[in-house]
Amino acid sequence: MEDFSPMASTRSFPTRGALRRPRFSPVDIVVFAAIAVVLFGILRLAHAMNSSSATAHVAVISTRPGELPYYALRSLLRMFIAFFLSVAFTFVYATAAARSRRARVVLIPVLDILQSVPVLGFLAITITFFIALFPGSELGLECASIFAIFTSMAWNMTFSMYHSLVTQPEELDEAARMFRLTKWERFWRLDVPSSMIGLVWNGMMSFGGGWFFLAASEAISVGDKHYTLPGIGSYVQAGVDKGDMGEVGIAIVVMVIMVVGVNVLFWRPLVAYSEKFRVETSEAAEQPKSHVLSLLRQSRVPGYIARPLRPVARGLDRATRPFGLAEYPLRTPRRKRTAGDVVFAGATGAVILWGIYRGAVYFDHTAGYGQFTRCLGLGFLTFLRVAVVVLVSTVVWVPVGAKIGMSPRLSRYAQPVVQVLASFPAILLFPFAIVIFLDLGISLDYGGVLLMALGAQWYILFNVIAGASAIPTELREMAEEFRFPWKQKWRELILPGIFPYYVTGGITAAGGAWNASIVAEIATYGRHHLAASGLGSYIAQATTRGDFADVLTGIIVMSFYVVVVNRLLWRPLYHLAETRYSL
Amino acid sequence: MTGAVPGVMPSYEPTGNVILGADHVARQFTTPDGRPLPVLDDVSLQLHEGEIVALLGKSGSGKSTLLRCIAGLIAPTTGTVSYRGTPINGANPGVAMVFQSFALLPWLTVQANTEVGLQALGVPPAESRKRALAMIDLIGLDGFEQAYPRELSGGMRQRVGFARALVVQPDALLMDEPFSALDVLTAENLRTELLNLWGGRDFPTKAILIVTHNIEEAVQMADRIFVLSSSPGRFKAEIHCELPRPRDRRAPEFEALVDQIYGIMTEQVTPKAGQQTTVVEPGLASPTEHPLPHVSVGGLAGLLEILSSRGGRDDLPELGRRLTFEVDDLLPIVDAAEMLHFAEVADADIELTPEGQAFVDADILASKELFAAAAAERAPLVRAIVRALETTTDRTLSERFFLDLLQRAFSEEEARAQLDIAINWGRYGELFDYRADDGELILTSPDDDTAN
Repeated sequence: MEDFSPMASTRSFPTRGALRRPRFSPVDIVVFAAIAVVLFGILRLAHAMNSSSATAHVAVISTRPGELPYYALRSLLRMFIAFFLSVAFTFVYATAAARSRRARVVLIPVLDILQSVPVLGFLAITITFFIALFPGSELGLECASIFAIFTSMAWNMTFSMYHSLVTQPEELDEAARMFRLTKWERFWRLDVPSSMIGLVWNGMMSFGGGWFFLAASEAISVGDKHYTLPGIGSYVQAGVDKGDMGEVGIAIVVMVIMVVGVNVLFWRPLVAYSEKFRVETSEAAEQPKSHVLSLLRQSRVPGYIARPLRPVARGLDRATRPFGLAEYPLRTPRRKRTAGDVVFAGATGAVILWGIYRGAVYFDHTAGYGQFTRCLGLGFLTFLRVAVVVLVSTVVWVPVGAKIGMSPRLSRYAQPVVQVLASFPAILLFPFAIVIFLDLGISLDYGGVLLMALGAQWYILFNVIAGASAIPTELREMAEEFRFPWKQKWRELILPGIFPYYVTGGITAAGGAWNASIVAEIATYGRHHLAASGLGSYIAQATTRGDFADVLTGIIVMSFYVVVVNRLLWRPLYHLAETRYSL
Repeated sequence: MTGAVPGVMPSYEPTGNVILGADHVARQFTTPDGRPLPVLDDVSLQLHEGEIVALLGKSGSGKSTLLRCIAGLIAPTTGTVSYRGTPINGANPGVAMVFQSFALLPWLTVQANTEVGLQALGVPPAESRKRALAMIDLIGLDGFEQAYPRELSGGMRQRVGFARALVVQPDALLMDEPFSALDVLTAENLRTELLNLWGGRDFPTKAILIVTHNIEEAVQMADRIFVLSSSPGRFKAEIHCELPRPRDRRAPEFEALVDQIYGIMTEQVTPKAGQQTTVVEPGLASPTEHPLPHVSVGGLAGLLEILSSRGGRDDLPELGRRLTFEVDDLLPIVDAAEMLHFAEVADADIELTPEGQAFVDADILASKELFAAAAAERAPLVRAIVRALETTTDRTLSERFFLDLLQRAFSEEEARAQLDIAINWGRYGELFDYRADDGELILTSPDDDTAN
């Protein structure tokens, strides 16, 4: 069932259950190795396809403010293409993982580890691949940017839909099978609607996170080539290169307008509309409202659009009948199942081993294994920075968030604001911060922490607000009546109450900080180059040098760190939160 | 398979073709240990045209599992289910099902919900709309076509469930405790309307199979009543009812039949055909042979007090009626009272024993002691826990120890439930305590006044 928070408009991100993972198993190691092999494979493929004459058409970014609306639209288009690709991916992947027992064993660990690979690390590897795919045009760069944004959005939505499918009310599943719905009918009549609320909410928050990677992926240097796409991110970069902070400021204002606009015109109506799909049979205590949706509902336009689409829907219903019922034969011969399992496992195992062998040879010839140890050391420094970000955000924002969350009026206004803060790509503010660092002589070793925090801290605030508003009022009233001293109130009521939400926020914030480290540990302003010692700067510098073996090493080590910290720290905390502290 | 009880009803063989057949159906599932646990054991059943059959049993009798096997939603471990002679391997094509919790799609209107089955069959939209509206009319929901399920009451939602099932004109209608989520008046109303439809001309369905734990509902509706025993579900008895419909609850034949069924259901464990019954001494029964009924001490004490106020003796069906308790609510408490020797059951009558009377008359401290003594001696799991705790040096044991033992014979949830009941009883009798944080059971020493 969907989450039971009493106030529908204050939910955690990601939604409850989307972070639940099975326990650590050897499959995780195999999957990790497999993904490393795939990344390595893409790299080699890109090199094989690449010829020195293959270049991308690099746009010249003008910094005239008049060009801003066009650049803004290009950026927006990129975001939405990536979003729709994410939705399509979610539909296919989550359904496959939920329906097929055999696939689930592999698909969920794959998703989990993909979520731990830094998005911008993906970008460094895939950009040469895409450019080689579309030589001479801008399409390769667009694909690389869209792919980067896609990887920032898709995993959360997929986990959310998977969780919704797996916790679908059993009787609805039985009714669908008993009435013999076809696979297509069942998908659109039952699976998608029952996942809708989680999909829309997680989609909205993931979309917000995507702005960051949009800005980061529009201007990138690989090797001796400098690639730019027309968009707001590259506009800001061009302004920074020229040293014109005024133009950067205008661009930031346009960005804010775009973020807020998409929120109000697209997401809020969608969230309000998705209330229709709530599975609990009584109405939610507080319905999210949207003026845009009310306007749409009162107008005739949706009716005009829907009328020609209905026969199309019916035609699709008829056309997909041959694909069979949403059923599974109740009995499969036992021997056939295990034979298939053995073949499947054997084939994938062989491919992975071969890939590891080739990868090992490659590393031996190029970077050498010493780089791995170096990366591990640098990774530890970055890990310390991430830890500081999470700890300081906790100390600062948990009290604030709890205070806001316990007042229904405040939280109703605050959550949308915090959501915009979390959506706004903090990377656009980096130039200002860097100017201050240069003036004050602060090294990026410490300043990088602030840069990483700029984007990541909001997730802790957001989730703590959601958690505080979910504390049942009767418990709060009880604390009032017994006149709890504030220490006791915090220790026994508030902190345990918000704990599950805090852990959710902590995991998300930590993930965001790791991702940001690639652009936060290294900075260029005019003639000044700042660099911190850490894994993020290592990867960024390797990308600029075009040294792909180093890039791959860095990404593998960073993913390893994220996966290990997740398994050792965050998942047990999450499990504790779900069992002992859930209300 | 005919268990016609002598002296009550003449032999009755159903006429009409066989629509559904379940042949030696058994269903097992494996415990976390890897042992097979039977849920259903060798049940055979046939549904003929023109009859209503009720599957009656307590919880744990596997009746819902059997219904789902017949509907083709789950596979029996052994045995086959057939529709008009053809075995099925997937959803049964000739049936439609009505669910206990309605199973309506919350994002579709009443009309859209009703049309779901028709659209899945590929019926063209115009005809589907016509049939759906006609059925909505017939079922009494005219005017509510555009309402969403959350705007409807429970009874109206179940009407939508009926409309959705009947509009596809199934050969057989399967119902899984369709009225148990409704209040008594609405349930009675819907039952009567369904029986009216059954007797009328417009009813497309040729047979009905209803699963229920309400004895009176079964007698009111069914031509044949199939009683299943519990844990595992086995055929216990088959009762035929030829009373003309509409059936009067107050008629003596009706009450006699209800009494008879109560008597059958309160009998001890039914042995497998051919086995001898061995009476197991309560002092020697193991926790897995004689599981604790799902009853709290408060519920048990309440029943005994009611009995005492009635003079120490009452008629079980009458008691159930007065408390509006159904078999699932009443019989576990009766089982618990019997287990602890606080009451005796004979012929659908329940009577307080002297120990039970003493328990009712005592004040709270004395009654705790009486309960503790009875539970420590006669409730197998409580006895096992107390004895095990007495033998350890520090008088504590992890719950894991008992859960592992219980999981050899029960599912994970049932094992947990059994332990929770034992903890409830043990705490009430101050025999032992339980610390949820680390899952430790601690024996209370006689001079322990305060809990740790």
